[in-house]
Amino acid sequence: MTEPRISREDVQHVARLARLELAATELVRMQSELNNILAYIDKLRSVDTAGVEPTSHAVPLTNVMREDEPRPSFPLADMLANAPEAAGDFFRVPRIIEE
Amino acid sequence: MLAGLTIDALAARFRGGEATPSDATRDYLARIEALDPGIRAFMTVTRDVALAQAAEADARFKAGAPRGPLDGVPIALKDLFCTRGIPTACGSKILERFVPPYDATVYQRLRAAGAVLLGKLNMDEFAMGSSTENSAYFTTRNPWDLGRVPGGSSGGSSAAVAAGLAAASLGTDTGGSIRQPAAFCGVVGLKPTYGRVSRYGLVAFASSLDQAGPFTKTVADTARVLQVIAGADPMDSTAAVVPVPDYLAALGGGVKGLRIGIPREYFIDGMDPEVERAVRAAVEVLRGLGARTEEVSLPHTEYGLAAYYLIGPAEASSNLARYDGVKYGLRVSGGRDLVEMSSKTRAAGFGREVKRRIMLGTYALSAGYYDAYYGQAQRVRTLVARDFKAAFERVDAIVAPTTPGVAFKVGEKEDPLQMYLNDVFTVPVSLAGLPGISVPAGFTLQGLPIGVQVIARAYDEPTVLRVAHAYEQATDWHTRKPTLEATPR
Repeated sequence: MTEPRISREDVQHVARLARLELAATELVRMQSELNNILAYIDKLRSVDTAGVEPTSHAVPLTNVMREDEPRPSFPLADMLANAPEAAGDFFRVPRIIEE
Repeated sequence: MLAGLTIDALAARFRGGEATPSDATRDYLARIEALDPGIRAFMTVTRDVALAQAAEADARFKAGAPRGPLDGVPIALKDLFCTRGIPTACGSKILERFVPPYDATVYQRLRAAGAVLLGKLNMDEFAMGSSTENSAYFTTRNPWDLGRVPGGSSGGSSAAVAAGLAAASLGTDTGGSIRQPAAFCGVVGLKPTYGRVSRYGLVAFASSLDQAGPFTKTVADTARVLQVIAGADPMDSTAAVVPVPDYLAALGGGVKGLRIGIPREYFIDGMDPEVERAVRAAVEVLRGLGARTEEVSLPHTEYGLAAYYLIGPAEASSNLARYDGVKYGLRVSGGRDLVEMSSKTRAAGFGREVKRRIMLGTYALSAGYYDAYYGQAQRVRTLVARDFKAAFERVDAIVAPTTPGVAFKVGEKEDPLQMYLNDVFTVPVSLAGLPGISVPAGFTLQGLPIGVQVIARAYDEPTVLRVAHAYEQATDWHTRKPTLEATPR
């Protein structure tokens, strides 16, 4: 095995970006699995893509326009029905601003 | 016995007055009760909904005004199609208690055509997997061998149709999730052209690849379901404004004089020799029917999988950001702030494979790696699509194996990468956005189904169906049924 493609610190950093709390054992396993997958994916490097445009979408799409007409939205009660916690007309979340 | 019939045979009985949609629905519900404890295709059985919908269909037939070939036909949906008031968990704990407030467009269209909903079907969590073993709830079993997987991610959908627990089902295919389970379970499974069918109301995995399609026992039944679900949708700007042709009418054309390409890169070292033999025999059948076959080359095939395992996870990492414990789904409380609450919720709510793909996708999109990984994958995607474009200048359809092997044993593929390799023949078609179907093409000596894949140009489902139908009508694989015994609950 050559230099691992993704370090333990990388895994921790990416987990923070992805909002995933990983336990210590999960972190170790994740690093090893990601390295295996990335080693396979590395075969892409050998493809000559000079001058090739990237494809983000299989079927070419241009902007799809419609008339800007107001329509009824879903009822508020329906939208809040699945919320883990609601207060009045709002989703309730833990504190987001420092005291 | 009505359960296990084709849509066509059911519709004939309804029209002829020999049976009613309620008779059929009760029969399917009884069969589900007897057999599903062993197969475990269903996440939810919607008994009351089904009986009420069937009674409405009864009335239409009684009044002499049925809505068409799907009226009164009992169907089931992969558990990622939103169904108003009916739980939709997408194989995930994070959506365990989610009850959608609206119906997916495809379900609305099936309802408008009179179809009866029997229930929601098991799947790999967020459609990530090839076996249903990644379902957070349970693993669905292959009706041909209960010790084996049904394929995935739409494994509940393929197993239900193979076992006669629904006349048809819908699944989704992002990199092979309709075609691979169809091959593993010996049924017909179609991934339509990207944009042919609306994605409104589907739980999103990879938005540039996801596409819904039917599982049925015959190609003609697939044409009947596609007819109902295809077409533009004001709620999905990627559902193409392209006319929907008459798919049943396209079946009759035969393959005489049709040019069919056989891609040399789809016969690789390590593939199951019985699969290769069956697919080559299928090519001979088509040649016997008058098709002109020739070898074609799709040189970037071997890079398709690597590109897919960057593009799919990249899109998934973005789509799955919405599961933050705020608007719906699971919340793990106790976090000091919003970020900690979300991180704990996602840690508890997502399974291993989903976490792996979120991590892979986030990494591939993160600063410093974006161009080397994601950018390169998108450029390779262009090359994969160009391969098909060049091949379709010479041929009208491509015939290839659906998978390199047959259904594997539950627990056999522990290594994620080994699992991914299942998709090697289905992923390139997905990257190029083309339509592909898997039809039964025989059995191994052990009695496990083999699938052959037919691929055509974008929106050319008529040719896909025509080739598949001609092959199916010249063989009898689709008439075989697994032997199933009731399992005590």
